[in-house]
Amino acid sequence: MAYKRQIDRLPIIPADAKEHNAVCHYCIVGCGYKAYTWPMNKQGGTAPNQNKFGTDLSEQQFQDTEAWYSPSMYNIVKQDGKDVQLVVKPDVNCVVNSGLGSVRGARMAENHPSTVTGTQQQRLTDPLVWRYGSYQPTSWEDAFDLVGQVTARIVADEGEDELLVSMFDHGGSGGGYENTWGTGKLYFESMKVKNVRIHNRPAYNSEVHATRDMGVGELNNAYEDAELADTLVAWGCNPLECQTNYFLNHWISNLQGVSSTKKQDMLPGEAHPQARVIFVDPRRTVSVNAAEQAAGADNVLHLPINSGTDLALANAIFTYIVDQGWHSMDFIEASTLREAQDRPPLFPARGVADGQPGHLSSFEDAVDANRMSIEEAADICGVPAEDIRKAAEWIAQPKEDGARKRTMIGYEKGIIWGNDNYRTNGALVNIALATHNIGQPGGGCVRMGGHQEGYFRPPEGHVGRPAAYVDQLLIGGKGGVHHIWACNHYRTTLNATEYKRAYNRRTNMVKEAMDAVAGGDREALIEAIVVAVKQGGLFAVNMDIVQNEMGKQAHVVLPAAQQGEMNLTSMNGERRMRLAEKYMDPPGNAKPDCLIAAGIAQAMERALRDLGLDTYAEQFKGYDWQTEADAFADGYGSANPEVTYDRLRKLGTNGFQEPPQGVEGDTIVGTPRLYADGVFSSDDGRARFMAGPWRGQVTPGKAVEMDRYPFFINNGRSNLNWQNWFLDQDNDFVLDRWPYPFIEMNPEDMAERGITAGDLVEVFNSNGAAQAMAYPTDTAKRGQTFMLFGSPRGTQGNVVNEGVNELVIPVYKQTWADIRKISDTPMVAQGISFKSKEFKL
Amino acid sequence: MKCNKLVDAGRRQFLRGGLMASAGAAAATVAGTSEAEAKPALARVDYPANRLANMADLAVNEPMDVAYPDADSPGVLLKLGEAVEGGAGPDGDIVAFSVLCPHKGWFLNYNADDRTLNCPGHYSRFDAEAGGQQVWGHATHNLPQFVLRVDDSGDIYAEGVDELIYGRLSNTL
Ligand code: SF4
Ligand code: FES
Repeated sequence: MAYKRQIDRLPIIPADAKEHNAVCHYCIVGCGYKAYTWPMNKQGGTAPNQNKFGTDLSEQQFQDTEAWYSPSMYNIVKQDGKDVQLVVKPDVNCVVNSGLGSVRGARMAENHPSTVTGTQQQRLTDPLVWRYGSYQPTSWEDAFDLVGQVTARIVADEGEDELLVSMFDHGGSGGGYENTWGTGKLYFESMKVKNVRIHNRPAYNSEVHATRDMGVGELNNAYEDAELADTLVAWGCNPLECQTNYFLNHWISNLQGVSSTKKQDMLPGEAHPQARVIFVDPRRTVSVNAAEQAAGADNVLHLPINSGTDLALANAIFTYIVDQGWHSMDFIEASTLREAQDRPPLFPARGVADGQPGHLSSFEDAVDANRMSIEEAADICGVPAEDIRKAAEWIAQPKEDGARKRTMIGYEKGIIWGNDNYRTNGALVNIALATHNIGQPGGGCVRMGGHQEGYFRPPEGHVGRPAAYVDQLLIGGKGGVHHIWACNHYRTTLNATEYKRAYNRRTNMVKEAMDAVAGGDREALIEAIVVAVKQGGLFAVNMDIVQNEMGKQAHVVLPAAQQGEMNLTSMNGERRMRLAEKYMDPPGNAKPDCLIAAGIAQAMERALRDLGLDTYAEQFKGYDWQTEADAFADGYGSANPEVTYDRLRKLGTNGFQEPPQGVEGDTIVGTPRLYADGVFSSDDGRARFMAGPWRGQVTPGKAVEMDRYPFFINNGRSNLNWQNWFLDQDNDFVLDRWPYPFIEMNPEDMAERGITAGDLVEVFNSNGAAQAMAYPTDTAKRGQTFMLFGSPRGTQGNVVNEGVNELVIPVYKQTWADIRKISDTPMVAQGISFKSKEFKL
Repeated sequence: MKCNKLVDAGRRQFLRGGLMASAGAAAATVAGTSEAEAKPALARVDYPANRLANMADLAVNEPMDVAYPDADSPGVLLKLGEAVEGGAGPDGDIVAFSVLCPHKGWFLNYNADDRTLNCPGHYSRFDAEAGGQQVWGHATHNLPQFVLRVDDSGDIYAEGVDELIYGRLSNTL
């Protein structure tokens, strides 16, 4: 049954409703929204002077109107302790999204907790402590004290390496400058914790070390560049579903020709042909279909390469471009390293050091090392040679008037979570550098991104490179205390089957030890925990907004606030920084993460003093923050004093693009694109090329797995399920559509195994098993599937082996397994649609 | 149903706004629509019972333009040939939906091949055989479906709507 809300009218926003700047916190795009709040006993009217829009709402509004909102954009929430009405709707004046809302962001209001409408009652409201064999709500003081005492005992006795930390490093909800600073100060300044990992991967590392090592920051262009490019390249990314409004508002408008006037205005004196787009993806995504609709199929090139062969493809394109003389020698001379570096002895298998796996060198050295013919690449990648040649032409062949082609390359998890991540990332940057497409309008070689960014922490050099593979430490019995900030490895790690087994066992040891001293006092409890930890147990503290599967193994659970419930600053994929204002209270007694970190620090200080460690305790001073604004000023604000909440508030949903260049009046002057002056982020200001030839499927265990199992288990996000999964697991609209994670399968593959649409299947291999719902997909190749990632009801990570790249980046994408049916379509999945996801007129 | 010219115009206008949704034009094709009195004092809107068509007017899988609850709310009436969710009539196969996309209000197009309603705005699609469930898309609710009743003479009446129609904060204006 299609889920229906049965809402036939909504309260009207009164003309005098309070207006707040909001930014969607679900993905990197960071669409601008406005949040309106007003008292319960007031409502607007249909007359223009009675509503916020100044519009006659007794009439039907036309398409793209500002004066409409859907039921999902309305809720009743608490503000300063009182129930108020809330509408959160896309902001037509935000240059990011121009009023577009996505199926995720346009549900922000509905995904706030409400004791009145009953939404998101899964939210944590009070600190919980494992006590009397279950979770009991308690005070912050009590919970902080237990965390502080146990953590202090373990780090004092055994050292800080015994404290393992999983923490967000991003912006948006569960992150942002306030919260990355609060946590960063605790673990990287008061302590020097090195066994630390990030929310979606088992180590504390960049996902794109290569581009940074080459001197090219990964978010180097402006969203506007997608409107100005002659050719757009989506390499290992699916922007319609994963960066929705960036794609719709900036890529599609270029492909449709809507931005042609802008091109003529901003880039006069050169030809502006119909824009084209190239997709590199083993799967035909809905992005490909949308691009064909917008630009015509002739202007869309999809290269459905064999999984993990991107490096061969990129090197062939690079080689071809250079052989044709389409590279930009002037730029290479002026802005890149000109002397070839000595190749390491084990090149290309190893770099100069474990932490430097690639070879950064000159243009010529890279051309020589990476040489790959189009035909060879066609063979490796499984796509026609003429299509590879066409891709090279679209990327770099000069325009009809001889002008250089403006090409933007966007890449994401297909590269990041794929084979030979480091060299492949570098190979894409090589193409952009050679063709002078960085720092130029219509150019860029950028991560498409996941969450917004919002990283401000003390230096993390002590973590080392390669960083510790924390999940393997946890599996191997290492570490005694685990602090977790908005992470759920149970859904978002590799080798998850084994991880969960080990984690359950180790945390249960501590739960049992706590249960065994139920009648004892606090001292006896701490002692019992410490003993259990020394015997291999793990004491876990989980900071989150909901109680997730891993949190259910924790011993202390601390409730956090999310965006809208606190003031939070972040930047989006074009480095656009905004202040998302607080417009409601967090649920119950939940707090911003930065203030939770402060509470833990203060408890640690007290506990260390009690242990007689005064000098150590001194390191935990400096957390007397009352609000998140204090944490912001202590962190980001100390380095960028011109960036204040006041200024950001005035800049609204458009903010400014980091880094700040100074202040003019009330405005912070920003930086639309990086490297416009040709000076890169390296010691000498010159960018490096990556000499990194194709080396085959190099992740340990993957080649064997590929030969052994019949199905490629490609995986990723869907439009509906993204970084909002943790809330959407409690959203009726979403669960009605995807009661299980789908697995897209070729219909003939399904028939051979007796699987029909909606059947529950098990994906299994020697790493483990996971369940999914079969979704027949005509465009899926035989033997290729695509499974929704990160679902609470079927975790793809269960079947991913533990193999990582040299810098401990997981390789979720290259997974092979077998599939068997385990049930006819379960009741919850009966009646849902199994039609093609591709728009067709 | 919705003429392709409109779709193309819409496409050119993408993100420029200002395209007139030709609700009036759609209404012109509708027989027998009568206005209802809204009664705002009630807790829920009071839906009119409007005759949309007669069974005899419908052919299987041929969409008919309708409007409900008033002329400014265009919809589509369909006989699908097989019993479906929310289906009315002796065969349980007659359904009607709003054709204003619940994302940003663009006109949906009926694709008779796989019986979906498709939006040229941003590529959303809805399944006419599954209660208007969004197969894929940006709308945060499924397609508003009109509640139908078929009387003994085969007259088809719409009597309610199960979601908020795009472009109005009350389903009856
Ligand atoms: S595209 Fe991303 S940021 Fe924008 S509304 Fe959707 S989820 Fe939010
Ligand atoms: S109006 Fe955007 S998908 Fe229909």
